[in-house]
Amino acid sequence: MAGKAGAARGGNKALVDGFERLALVFVFAATIAVFGYLRPESFFTWSNFAAILGSQSVIVVTALGLIIPLTAGDYDLSIANNLTFAATLLAVLNVNHQLPVGFAIAAALAAGAAIGVVNAFFVLYFRMNSLIVTMGVGTFMHGLTLWLGDQQTISGVSDGLVNAVIVNRLLGVPLGFYYAFGLCAILWYYLTYTAAGRRLLFVGRGREVARLSGVAVDRVRLGGFVCSGLLGAIAGVLYVGTTGAADPSSGLSFLLPAFAAAFLGATSISPGRFNPWGTIISVYFLVTGITGLSILGISNYVQDLFYGGALVIAVTLSQIVRGREERLA
Amino acid sequence: MRLSEDRAASEPPVLRISELSKNFGGARALDDVSLAVRHGEVHGLLGQNGSGKSTLIKILCGFHAPDGSPVIEIDGRPVSLPVSVASLRAHGVAFVHQHLGLMPSLTVLENLMLSELAAGARGYIDWQAEARRARDLFARYEIDLDPLAPLSDLTPVARAQVAIVRAFDELRRDRAKSHARGLLVLDEPTPFLPAHDVEVLFRLVREIVADGASVIFVSHDIDEVLEITDRATVLRDGRVAGVFETAQVSKAEVIRLIVGRSVDLDAMRPPPKTLASPSIVISDLAGGGLAPFSLSLAPGEVVGLTGLIGSGYDEVIYRLYGASPASSGTLVLDGETVAVARLDPQRAIACGCVLIPGNRLQSGAVATLSVSENVNQPVFGAISRAWALSDTALLRNAANLAARFDVRPRDPQTLLGSLSGGNQQKVVLAKWFQTRPRLILLDEPTQGVDVGARAQVFGAVDEAAAQGAAVLCASSDYEQLTAICDRVVVFARGRVVAELGGSAISKAAIAEACYRSEANEERR
Repeated sequence: MAGKAGAARGGNKALVDGFERLALVFVFAATIAVFGYLRPESFFTWSNFAAILGSQSVIVVTALGLIIPLTAGDYDLSIANNLTFAATLLAVLNVNHQLPVGFAIAAALAAGAAIGVVNAFFVLYFRMNSLIVTMGVGTFMHGLTLWLGDQQTISGVSDGLVNAVIVNRLLGVPLGFYYAFGLCAILWYYLTYTAAGRRLLFVGRGREVARLSGVAVDRVRLGGFVCSGLLGAIAGVLYVGTTGAADPSSGLSFLLPAFAAAFLGATSISPGRFNPWGTIISVYFLVTGITGLSILGISNYVQDLFYGGALVIAVTLSQIVRGREERLA
Repeated sequence: MRLSEDRAASEPPVLRISELSKNFGGARALDDVSLAVRHGEVHGLLGQNGSGKSTLIKILCGFHAPDGSPVIEIDGRPVSLPVSVASLRAHGVAFVHQHLGLMPSLTVLENLMLSELAAGARGYIDWQAEARRARDLFARYEIDLDPLAPLSDLTPVARAQVAIVRAFDELRRDRAKSHARGLLVLDEPTPFLPAHDVEVLFRLVREIVADGASVIFVSHDIDEVLEITDRATVLRDGRVAGVFETAQVSKAEVIRLIVGRSVDLDAMRPPPKTLASPSIVISDLAGGGLAPFSLSLAPGEVVGLTGLIGSGYDEVIYRLYGASPASSGTLVLDGETVAVARLDPQRAIACGCVLIPGNRLQSGAVATLSVSENVNQPVFGAISRAWALSDTALLRNAANLAARFDVRPRDPQTLLGSLSGGNQQKVVLAKWFQTRPRLILLDEPTQGVDVGARAQVFGAVDEAAAQGAAVLCASSDYEQLTAICDRVVVFARGRVVAELGGSAISKAAIAEACYRSEANEERR
């Protein structure tokens, strides 16, 4: 009797867990269905989906960059400014100085990693709050970007890059999407199937436990900042590839969507954990909602409503999940 | 300065407690305890760990509710139970706890006004007038402190002074309102202070009594109690073991009251072992409050480290592990020599040391991760390739360990935080013992662990020792030390003062060594 009731409860729990994992996917599917029903001719087309998929690779990579330090318990608010700095550096080297685009990309990536080192230096060496350090470093980078780009949009970047990101397509979807998808898969493998990924998680969840367990906590956190710097720079390269130009003041528009996606992603797939698949689904869920609403004729302000609201709701949901875990304990 | 004996005895006591009992689960923490504090006296409250003195104080400050309906009267007026903060203030009772309740980042003055600021009753604060008032207050007790200095700049004794003056100042204001006579409870304010600083605090206590208040002085330190109190109550095993007039007892009598000669658990002693020659040698380990410490251990040997709170016994293992810095010392493990000052946890683990910390959820394991993730943490790379972890291999290892260490529930995907304290501790033991360590460092291994799991923890330690690990166990639980240790080393004021071995180890013998050595150790 008791065993049966226990088994029933266990089965129930598995069902609830499964629903929680996939809730976001269901909501996403419902959103598509609703817009598809309302505007089948403009929304429910492959070209619309392909546009949605292709246009978001920059935000996907930025959000993936965020979840690495977030998993280790650190914030990186500089990532969006880092993105525009890398984009502007690439454009300046390639357009103004006529350097080969490969070289310009390498320089942009190196700059991104270096910014990660600077963040880590202040956070780890002086034991400062990552929120404050990365906000300051990010603003500093913004100033540097404006100076470097002379406050103007630099256009005319090599066609090679533009072709490789947005022009060339596979199954009708721009290649940029596949790059972001590939990075997502790599990060998922790293976080799930490597000892280093588990160490990152331990550092974020219990720094003292990790330290006493022999994890080199500072080295792990340094790695987190460098990875987010690098991914920020990759997002910057994709951004130049998507628009063919670098606008030195575009950065901030990426920060909030990326944070919203990272936190919303942490409520699904592996609820309670920042995870790449949840993050990529969240990016596309959010942009689908925005695209759908603008197809319905609702104006631009909907974007801010959507991203801002999603961030707060996502953090609330994860707080509820955590509260339940604490009650269990 | 003290009221005459006759008058004090005829007046109603400032505090009267009777028939106070408290059970936690099945364990009886307080059993029909009575206590009376006369007007104008310093009343000591003495007892070992687990004697019930902290439970009594926690009931008095409203943290626990008592069982049944005991009598608690202040100034002859009954206090409604459970005790509330508001009623304590109305009755004129103030507490200073061991951790003082001060905020280091604020100034002395802000700390003095903390409860007033928290109440938020005043719209405007005249800081200059308040600073003047604080200076007057300090001048009255001959304390040389700048009210505007940040608290973090103060020495430990000055901080204790601030906490006590603050409590007494609040008391006096409440007293003016309610005509209560005032009772100040000092709950172990001295263990981290050197002797001459204790003297400074005692001067302050005497002046407070001269002002007409009464004081309860909770302590484990017999010398201090003999010096400052007029009378004292001794608790043992949840009961009143005796009440004495301080002037009429000797130190030896007090020790006998505290330790008792009650039924001992000597039957639980482990059988004597034949030990090989020592393979682990600690020499001149020092740092913090720890005087150079040396010890040799044989494989399979379990050595207990103990002492009273603040004696430094619990610092050895953290410094040896590199978790907190050591200023000097070497560790020889099977012929391999390492400088302890250069150790960090990573290197210590590589040398074959493991640490089971006392604060489990802060330092031992992560509550929000699963049992499997916690238990596999040191061996991820060893169980499957570090770059291709296999979930099945990790879960299988966790399930095996859960069975071997009897972790309940068995499912390794359970969140660690949802397990009971005892099962959490078994997970932490499993996490480290699977690595076959050469030196196991334990800090209070059965703190917050239920009775059944306690025996299992002992069993796991015995088994690890039987497999050749040497064990250092820091604990203030004498019964536990008796149950698992081949030798017990007793600390006082940062140095070793006694060593018990073999049949000389018993709960009472350890307790007596702790109290006697604390009393005998020359204080500087």
